[in-house]
Amino acid sequence: MFDSLRNGLRAIRGRLSASISVSAVEGTQEPQAEEGPEQRQKEVKPGLVKKVKTFVLDQELFISEKEISGALEELELLLLESDVALPVVDHIVAGLRRDLTGKRRRIGSDVDEIVASALAEALVGVLGEGFDLIGFIRGHERPVKILFTGVNGTGKTTTIAKVGAYLKNHGFSVVIGSGDTFRAGALEQMATHASRVGIRVIQHQQGADPSAVLFDAVQHAIANGIDVVLGDTAGRFHNKANLMNQLEKVKRVMRPDLIVYVDEAVAGNDAVVRADEFNRLVGTDAVILTKADMDMKGGAAISIAHTIGKPILFLGTGQGYQDLLPFSPGLLVKEIIGEGAKA
Amino acid sequence: MMDTLGSSLKNALKKLAGKTVVDRAAVEELVRDLQRALLQSDVNVKLVAQLSQRIKERSLNEEPPKGMTVREHVLRIVYQELVLLVGSAGSVELQPQLILLAGLQGSGKTTTAAKLARWFQRKGLKVGMICADTFRPGAYEQLSTLCNRFNVHCYGDAKETDAVRIVAKYLPGARGQHEVIIVDTQGRHALEAELIREIVEISKISKPDHRWLVIDAALGQQAREQARRFHEAISIDGVIVTKMDGTAKGGGALSAVAETKSGIVFIGTGETIEDLERFDPDSFISRLLGMGDLKLLAEKAEEVISPEEVDVNALLRGKFTLKDMYKQLEALNKMGPLRQVMSMLPLGGMEIPSDAYDATSTKMQRYRVMMDSMTQMELEDPSVISGSRIQRIARGSGTSPEDVKELLKYHRVMQQALKGVRGNKFNLQRMMKRFGRTK
Ligand SMILES: Nc1nc2c(ncn2[C@@H]2O[C@H](COP(=O)(O)OP(=O)(O)O)[C@@H](O)[C@H]2O)c(=O)[nH]1
Ligand SMILES: [Mg+2]
Repeated sequence: MFDSLRNGLRAIRGRLSASISVSAVEGTQEPQAEEGPEQRQKEVKPGLVKKVKTFVLDQELFISEKEISGALEELELLLLESDVALPVVDHIVAGLRRDLTGKRRRIGSDVDEIVASALAEALVGVLGEGFDLIGFIRGHERPVKILFTGVNGTGKTTTIAKVGAYLKNHGFSVVIGSGDTFRAGALEQMATHASRVGIRVIQHQQGADPSAVLFDAVQHAIANGIDVVLGDTAGRFHNKANLMNQLEKVKRVMRPDLIVYVDEAVAGNDAVVRADEFNRLVGTDAVILTKADMDMKGGAAISIAHTIGKPILFLGTGQGYQDLLPFSPGLLVKEIIGEGAKA
Repeated sequence: MMDTLGSSLKNALKKLAGKTVVDRAAVEELVRDLQRALLQSDVNVKLVAQLSQRIKERSLNEEPPKGMTVREHVLRIVYQELVLLVGSAGSVELQPQLILLAGLQGSGKTTTAAKLARWFQRKGLKVGMICADTFRPGAYEQLSTLCNRFNVHCYGDAKETDAVRIVAKYLPGARGQHEVIIVDTQGRHALEAELIREIVEISKISKPDHRWLVIDAALGQQAREQARRFHEAISIDGVIVTKMDGTAKGGGALSAVAETKSGIVFIGTGETIEDLERFDPDSFISRLLGMGDLKLLAEKAEEVISPEEVDVNALLRGKFTLKDMYKQLEALNKMGPLRQVMSMLPLGGMEIPSDAYDATSTKMQRYRVMMDSMTQMELEDPSVISGSRIQRIARGSGTSPEDVKELLKYHRVMQQALKGVRGNKFNLQRMMKRFGRTK
């Protein structure tokens, strides 16, 4: 997973390091004031800049834009080929350029390390913190209500079965609300999955009001002391106002503690558009990316996390119920960038 | 996002206007904007690079044909290269045939299978369906429910676990009963060797006339590799792009077209069974670029819309009859997708129902045919159209009462939307000119 991204980034890291020539400059001006911490939210963290600033001594090197522009262009291509959405690519590359160029660094400090941590920080900056689902549930009043949203066919129903199985393995009791009352065969699908992983499903007829189904599922959990309610919903497109309103209603009725947005890791640029709209219209607390087993390039993870600033909870890695991988940005970045990445 | 891309492309084009020699910097800027638009639409990075190179070379090296301005010359090259990239529509014959559908998990095969059945049924062919998805729970229920809605027989067995056996069992009988047979299969991806073997086997025993790859419009750079492997396995000869009613641009499907050297046959544009359209390269290009119909822009660059075509005053009076809409559709149709035109209107922050944008040109064509079957009175005052009139219009235009109702609904939505504009001082005509003429 993320293989091509990893290999590519490592090559670029080498190339960047190599292209920063050791050319001493004279005269030391204070580096111009950089953005403050309040801008960190969406910006790539200016950590490196600060680090560099603290090193402003009399002996310095100057990294020029020209030295790194070739490697940055390569980075741009690599990210695009890895399915990172264009605006996000622009952002990462601009951030790195800003972080690396025009900055002075002490002679003797390791160029490779500077580059590695700049890359790592750019990635951590967009991937954000992880999300500890088990901890969240433990620290929360029961039942914990989780609503799953997303466009058609991304793997919501399958993922709910997987998450259900995962939670059961951690000792929680689970009930599923079969909220896709629209798509033909969806009720059968959910019921079969649930019975295979040994979880009770609450369902109404095809065409029923999904809010009512999920309301009943919550009532069932309350009455039976069940820990977690997982609410499925029909896939819908973010540009269909009526369907998004319906989801808004589902949310009002179910009052979820966590809204999990499901998309597929193989989605391209649209991943950003729809993640953004879902977040705007009904809210998103965490993201699950499915189909990570499809030799995916990983860009959607970067794009979505960056765009909506919400943590990625799991990766779906296959069609089996155990094919669910808790997502850890720190580990991932280390794996991608390799040695020397102090993220 | 796309709209800004579209307008930056338009700006880049503008820079070429009035030039007498092709200006390298302007061409490069245009190509850069084009690249960004295409990349953002998920067109493969390598394909984009090749296309850019060719446009640059041709624009700078080819002599503009006599009488053609520099801008038109470049526009024409851009258009020609995009047409090559997008390819022409894959062929669909109205004759007995067997179609095997393949694709990734969740790409929309099952819905598409049902839509195809309906499409061929509407063309008067007898259609049968075989559900060879033995993996996904509920798959057989889904497909048979959809098929039952329009009386297409769906062969299959929810309990059988071997897809090859299903095909072997039901195909011989189905062949005798139906002219067009569609085989739906479970989703699979290139790395699932077992499943690839399965579809190879299904293809072997069913000897399909067509093997169509179903691709989600949102699929990214991965499309190329997946398409390549599917092609290796069963020799894909057509591509269907689904979920084009979302905001995804379908650029990934072009990698599939390039890899399989086939063409896009259909696009899926919604969740209902009727939402399937034959592929139209021009509107696909418009969408990729987030700008109006490039072909028409190229052709009509110098043409002005005549004032009679849009009765601005009637609009401003808030009177917006079907007749007005007819004229409007005519005029708008020349200018490209409605969405782009609407986006040029000074509607302020007004919310236009997204339905109002759904007027793809085939739909508009259908609307126009229906309006041709209406009486003068109906066109002037749509409120008289009810029950029996709807029946008559549907019969007269070879459509269904649902279609007529849809048209009426569309009219109401437009009327509503335009009401909001009334009082707002603006000149529709000028806006449309601005849109049509990029200088
Ligand atoms: N390969 C793979 N397939 C998946 C994964 N998650 C779901 N799917 C498949 O994707 C298809 C659509 O899944 P479904 O759960 O019905 O999506 P929904 O429409 O969002 O509920 C099904 O065929 C699933 O088996 C995954 O992580 N990897
Ligand atoms: Mg579902």
